[in-house]
Amino acid sequence: MQTDTAIYAEGLGKAYRSHTALHGIDLAVPAGSVLGVLGPNGAGKTTTVRILATLLEPTSGRAFVAGHDVVRQSREVRRRIGLAGQYAAVDEMLTGRENMVLLGRLLRLGKRGSAHRAAQLLDRFGLTEAADRPVSTYSGGMRRRLDLATCVIGEPEVLFLDEPTTGLDPSSRVILWDIVRSLVAEGVTLLLTTQYLEEADQLADRIAVIDSGRVIAEGTPDALKRNVGGERLEVTVARPEMLADAAAALAMLGLGNEPAVDHTESRVSVQLRRGLDDVAVAVAALRDKGVTTIDFELHKPSLDDVFFDLTQRDRSAAAPALAPAYQGAQR
Amino acid sequence: MTTATAGSHRQTAPPRGGTGGLRGYTGDTLALAGRHLTHLRRSPGRLVLVTMNPLVMLIAIGYLFRDSMNIPGNVAYEDFIMAGIAIQVGLTGVGPTAIGVAMDLRNGLVDRFRSMPIASSTVLIGRTFSDLFVGAVSLTVVCSVGFAVGWRPHNGPLQTLAGFGVLLAFVYTMLWVGILLGTVMKNVEAIDGSGALVLIVLSFLSNAYVVVSGLPGWLQPVAEWNPVTSVITTTRRLWGNDPAGSTGSGFPADHPGLVTAIMLALLLTVSVAGSLRSFRRAVGN
Repeated sequence: MQTDTAIYAEGLGKAYRSHTALHGIDLAVPAGSVLGVLGPNGAGKTTTVRILATLLEPTSGRAFVAGHDVVRQSREVRRRIGLAGQYAAVDEMLTGRENMVLLGRLLRLGKRGSAHRAAQLLDRFGLTEAADRPVSTYSGGMRRRLDLATCVIGEPEVLFLDEPTTGLDPSSRVILWDIVRSLVAEGVTLLLTTQYLEEADQLADRIAVIDSGRVIAEGTPDALKRNVGGERLEVTVARPEMLADAAAALAMLGLGNEPAVDHTESRVSVQLRRGLDDVAVAVAALRDKGVTTIDFELHKPSLDDVFFDLTQRDRSAAAPALAPAYQGAQR
Repeated sequence: MTTATAGSHRQTAPPRGGTGGLRGYTGDTLALAGRHLTHLRRSPGRLVLVTMNPLVMLIAIGYLFRDSMNIPGNVAYEDFIMAGIAIQVGLTGVGPTAIGVAMDLRNGLVDRFRSMPIASSTVLIGRTFSDLFVGAVSLTVVCSVGFAVGWRPHNGPLQTLAGFGVLLAFVYTMLWVGILLGTVMKNVEAIDGSGALVLIVLSFLSNAYVVVSGLPGWLQPVAEWNPVTSVITTTRRLWGNDPAGSTGSGFPADHPGLVTAIMLALLLTVSVAGSLRSFRRAVGN
């Protein structure tokens, strides 16, 4: 185990009487980086987080968080982590401020220290106005923000966020992302689980895809998307005789794959690698060739695509699709 | 930002929380008790319920049925039932305490506490402090109303206070029974029903409202060994409200104080140990 690895798990397994939730999870998160754990419901994301946050004991394997064993030194781990579960773990009947002060006192910041820290964080998380209202009057987004604020009272080294934006509207989601980014900028190591590919893409340095209690792929978001196929550009031309020119224009992008031509639909499609940059080049090339387009569509790979692709590959090949590269952050 | 600077920056901040010994433990417990007292201030329903229930029984039985009740010896019925009414405070509290624990387990707050460097027992003990406060307030109200309608202790202030001490010990023990129920059952609706059952069975199968000899013969041993009977008899004797023969016969009737002490200690030990065990397990799955 490397000293700058903030979260390390080796062969983590969790078996219950009736089923096995985890079949040997391996993870390594370098200090100060963000790992997105992506997976469908029931994949084992929450179980993994609960083991790493000392709430569950694994039935096999071992894990270290902030340099301490999660089973044998759980108290030391607890002094260094913050956890936000799937449901905002705040007291509905207390005000936002009272919630913060209570947890501050439990972290032994003292009454005055807790009050000071509470005011500071409420302000930072945009909750000052609502600070003295009971949490039961808060919106979903405010609750999540308060939940996140309570997690960082003790200035944790490692933060676990279990589906932090599930059930939030898009604007609350963006606000929460900004807060998470600012915490990461301060040096917190973050493990975040999500069902949304976009969220992992936005926040994570590396992504681990979990399915049925196993890590089926691990890598940077770009690498993962490249493997799934990335975005696909579809160009429908005005007249069938333009198809050849369109295909030639898209072939000039040098994407390493031949444009596919669909004669019945008068459509040419190609896999992209660099998103909007590729689109800009494609538009220019099509214009140079004098191709008139009647439709120009960009298809993003969905999480469904990722899973379909990865699980298919998982079954067809014994070895994982992406070699797990655990040698520190790649930036 | 590089990994190395992030790591060294983090290490400059000392990790929060810690053992801190007994002082830290007490501080955590008081902070958590404060949470429940704030709940009580925002929603005093619990206090009202725990107080109203015994008061209704006092009026229903003490006033409506007083002439139908046959108490041996020359003890006034108001004197006789006061201890039986007072133990209702402890029994009524079982349900609400259990529900409070189950709700905490359900909404993830306990996960938060558990992921912090505090002893998990402080979460439960904190709750008992505030619930004991509720019990004490409601005992005071119930006995004041009892006094207003004619109840009188006859053995002087010291023994009267000792009687309240016994009742508070009973209330505290029943709180832990409630916590055990909440951590084991977890289902709020089921707990609601069980709490009511505990209240009715334990109070009616005792000498709370009638003398044990007035119960059907086969039930008399059950009532004699019911811990509630011993608590009531001990309190009555301390208050000078006990007519001869109200407890039936046998060992518990002869040594109510000893039986009370042993039974409450046993019940408390089992409940505390069981609660802590199933609390840790409840959050572990």
